[in-house]
Amino acid sequence: MSISIEKGANITPLTKTFKAFFIVLAALTLGSILFIIAGVNPFKAYITMIGASFGSLYGFSEVLVRATPITLCGLSVAFAAKMLLWNIGAEGQLVMGGIFSAGVALFLSEHIPSFTVIPVMVIAGCVGGGIWASIPAVLKYWKRVDEVLTSLLLNYVAIFLFQNLYYVTWRDPAGRGFPGTAKFPGIAFLPRFFGTRVHLGLVFAVFSVFLIYFIFSYTKWGYEIRVSGESTEAARYAKIKINRNMVLVMFFSGALAGIAGMSEASGIHFRLMEGLASGYGYTGILVAFLSKLNPFLVLTTSILFGALIFGGDHLQVVAQIPSAISTVIQSIILLSVLFGALVTRYRINVNMGGER
Amino acid sequence: MILGEITFVIIIAIQSSMSILYATLGEIYTERSGVLNLGIEGIMLMGALVGFATTFYTQNLLLGVLAAMIVGGLMASVHAFLTVTLQVNQVVSGITIFTLGIGLTDYFGQSLIGEVAPKFSVVGIPLLQDIPVIGQILFQQNALVYAAYILVPLMTIFLFNTKYGLNIRSVGEKPSTADTLGVNVFRIRYLCTIFGGMLAGLGGSYLSLSYIPGWRERMTGGQGWIAIALTIFSMRNPVFGSLGAVFFGLINAFRVYSQASQIAVPTFILKMLPYLCTIFVLVVVSKKDVFKNLGVPSALGKPYSREDN
Repeated sequence: MSISIEKGANITPLTKTFKAFFIVLAALTLGSILFIIAGVNPFKAYITMIGASFGSLYGFSEVLVRATPITLCGLSVAFAAKMLLWNIGAEGQLVMGGIFSAGVALFLSEHIPSFTVIPVMVIAGCVGGGIWASIPAVLKYWKRVDEVLTSLLLNYVAIFLFQNLYYVTWRDPAGRGFPGTAKFPGIAFLPRFFGTRVHLGLVFAVFSVFLIYFIFSYTKWGYEIRVSGESTEAARYAKIKINRNMVLVMFFSGALAGIAGMSEASGIHFRLMEGLASGYGYTGILVAFLSKLNPFLVLTTSILFGALIFGGDHLQVVAQIPSAISTVIQSIILLSVLFGALVTRYRINVNMGGER
Repeated sequence: MILGEITFVIIIAIQSSMSILYATLGEIYTERSGVLNLGIEGIMLMGALVGFATTFYTQNLLLGVLAAMIVGGLMASVHAFLTVTLQVNQVVSGITIFTLGIGLTDYFGQSLIGEVAPKFSVVGIPLLQDIPVIGQILFQQNALVYAAYILVPLMTIFLFNTKYGLNIRSVGEKPSTADTLGVNVFRIRYLCTIFGGMLAGLGGSYLSLSYIPGWRERMTGGQGWIAIALTIFSMRNPVFGSLGAVFFGLINAFRVYSQASQIAVPTFILKMLPYLCTIFVLVVVSKKDVFKNLGVPSALGKPYSREDN
């Protein structure tokens, strides 16, 4: 018997099923290794995570709370990637959106009609995230600077600015050593639903899913973005203004992450404090890649990742496993998908006996 | 007096440039062979944690550094397999390696926060250390700094003056031609990527074993990304790369100095400086027409397969 691996390009439904099976199995196995190292039965751990996330209404509401910023950040990355722009700065854009909307909540909300406070905060969040994302786009337009590096480096800049605000400049003097701004006034809170922590941000996220689907399917702008992403040559031929679109697309992309920051600040924390920059921007990148840039898949993948994160938080409480396990599993899932190319690219020939 | 302060700043500059320097040297080789590894930050984190943990448990610094290099090489080999063999998009693969490094170190590092392990201490080189000023700056450092002094010229000569270096560069420039001439494109890309990962792991372990010893979550703080930027504006030349790393060391030293002497610059601005300077330098060196001459391998980021050529 001999086993040989050779290249094969014939993708049948059977290989597709096999690929999916391979991916799930690989991810589960690698995750299990981590649990075993931590001294926990992996089956129990998975069941605990699933039970925590989907076993109760409370659990599922917490999943949705986490899925909200992830969806918005995932959409942010996916939207820019449609034009082959690598926006890996969603984390910083989220933070800037939070800062801008917090500025409105803390210093402007008393002076404008109360029903306009939330809309103005949303706009501020969009502008904050949008401006932050436009910087890499403008630099790329102006000097051909690679947006991967600039968008990522700006994350650090945004986070230091944010830390300075809640530690020093905007710090609540009545906070008794707790680093954070003063609590927002009540009119700047996003409404929550059904006694859970699920807030209006979820509606923003779902609305954005449909909005992006609509933009790509029914508008000229969406068509231009898709064409520019597929071929610069074709875009030039069709007289599409690539450079102007680049800045617009990045602004829109950053605005989505900015709304995530706005809704985290005014729907969960009610102030600027440490938890705002908790890595949803990075999770969003993985989600966008996994979803193949499809907005509906971004939503479902985000719910899955939200469940993973809440399940991880829950495991930390009940089994004292560091909740970072969910970050590892997220990367493992994407790695397994990338390794899935092994199945479609190569064919494993098993030759039972006989000469070759 | 003033000379003493300048010496102090330069010593800190050299010490705080080492981790970026090692990572940059590695990424230069990786990119010269045509592979872009954006996972450096995650690999450095893994190197920092594994290096620290190994030293903590074995009380042996050399084993710690070795382990850091091995884990760095392993992480990079995943990237090599995905991008060279499976031809997965290099940006996607690199970012996955980056987030994997963050997750793994957050997960396994928690119990080591606050622990103390042996660290590389300063060893003066006899005679040379007695040269006024220069001796103090260059020859009263630790072993990993001295290793870099040797590595930079060695890697430069190897890359530009040997047959092997020529092979690496040709694989990055024109893989199909190199292939026709009998150069094994895949093997060279694997080796360079793994070597780059080993150096990034080493750079990470420098952070946890000598600069400010100990393990802290996400302690690399973006140095891997700065190293990638440095790779670009060093024109992928090890000598320029090391000069660039010292430049970033100087920014950091300025931060330490101004905090120590209480110059009135807000801390958060000082913390932003390295990142802002990186962006600034990227803008300065990125001119549309000049970019071609910056030593960018023409096949950088493009997978190679025989069938396509």
